[in-house]
Amino acid sequence: MNPYIPVLIVLIFGLTLGAILSGLAAFLGPKNPRPEKIDPYECGVPKVTGANEKMSVKFYLTAILFILFDIETIFLYLWAKAFPQLGWFGVAEVMVFMVILVAGYIYVVKRGALEWD
Amino acid sequence: MGLTADEFTIQFIATLVKFAIVAGLLLQIPPVMVWVERRVPAMMQRRKGPNRVGIFKWRIYGLMQSLADTIKLIFKEEVVPEGAQKAFYHLAPVFSVFPAFLIAMAIPYGPDIHAFGTTIPLSIIRVDVGFLFIFAVSSLAVYGVTIAGWASNNKYSLLGSLRASAQMISYEIPLGMSLIPIVLIYGTLDLNKIVEAQSHFWKWGVFLSPVSFLLFLIAMFAETNRAPFDLAEAEGELVAGFHTEYTSAKFAAFFLGEYVSMFVLSCLASTVFFGGWQVPFFSVQKLDDLTGFIGVSALIGHVTLMLKATFFMWLYIWVRWTIPRFRYDQLMSLGWKYMIPLGLVNVVVTAVVIAAFRFS
Repeated sequence: MNPYIPVLIVLIFGLTLGAILSGLAAFLGPKNPRPEKIDPYECGVPKVTGANEKMSVKFYLTAILFILFDIETIFLYLWAKAFPQLGWFGVAEVMVFMVILVAGYIYVVKRGALEWD
Repeated sequence: MGLTADEFTIQFIATLVKFAIVAGLLLQIPPVMVWVERRVPAMMQRRKGPNRVGIFKWRIYGLMQSLADTIKLIFKEEVVPEGAQKAFYHLAPVFSVFPAFLIAMAIPYGPDIHAFGTTIPLSIIRVDVGFLFIFAVSSLAVYGVTIAGWASNNKYSLLGSLRASAQMISYEIPLGMSLIPIVLIYGTLDLNKIVEAQSHFWKWGVFLSPVSFLLFLIAMFAETNRAPFDLAEAEGELVAGFHTEYTSAKFAAFFLGEYVSMFVLSCLASTVFFGGWQVPFFSVQKLDDLTGFIGVSALIGHVTLMLKATFFMWLYIWVRWTIPRFRYDQLMSLGWKYMIPLGLVNVVVTAVVIAAFRFS
């Protein structure tokens, strides 16, 4: 049996379960919204401004760095799987890879991209 | 795989049965864990905790409290905040539930069963690329948090979800890196083969690669947004974080997702570092021949894995009531400045040591 058939079954089940839980409240609970009730919660006081405010650029920077480093990680997985066939050549290659990666990492740290204040 | 039609039918039915069992197990976890999470701190702080709700006159230590809570949550009114992005608001709980379930199905819950003329693996999704599949799916969990915060039209939700998503993606890198030495040591990405390779007690991942285990443990706490890294819902600052505006069954869905992903990571830690379904100093697979019953080994193996996972679930609660919460800049610098370099060094050192032993 194709090992990805169960993936499909589980995916359908997971989505259905989520949808049922998400939809359950809409059918079972009472419904009487009032303006005060549906006001976004701000510790009891009327809301001051909308929620779509500016957010720190740090979060975008973290996301970009994540993509870079996550790809390196996945690349290392494939290298680790092929390691027995590669032998010392694999070790040497990953050393070169690491030097480039660490150079980039040091640059990121020196530019202060990882500082939160 | 060249399977005959009969074998295909057996495999398909077996998949459905296994799936029903595991799904049933996973759905039991949040109620029990909520109860444990209230009783254990009560024990640690020398108070009583919920001990009243039971069935008729049997109180059973208040175990039915969670059931009562669940029923109450489902029948409560759902309050959709004004100005919420309706479609995304309703979609977010779905996204927080299904990735956890998908990963749970990839974990080997016991040794293979040889029955009906075929081999039935005790993991529902048995793919060669086990680890890669798990990482691919676990990345999806970030979407639930991000969408929930963004769609709620609430400042606290937005800030909480930004923090949570930045934290989750940051700690996914150390989590990934911590498992590379394991792939190097056992030479496979298949979780079941990793468990089989840990047949001897001293070959457990935690002994062969202790630094990996340390990194995985820390990243595991951060990845599930649990204390001491629960900045996403730092109640003193952000009310409840990304699920501030969620009520009734949708709130329950977020809890389901959180506890199932905690359980899955506990299972993963036991599988990779503590021998999974292997019993120390004892070969589980031989039990079938010893007792003469098919499936005894699977049962014992499954119970062993559950006990190991239970320990990690307990650890989650233990740590929560022991260590105070980190500051956000401390959290980010721990992840990026200490754990990632340590992870890289760990990979290189492991590779050199293995090469020195095998290729010399």
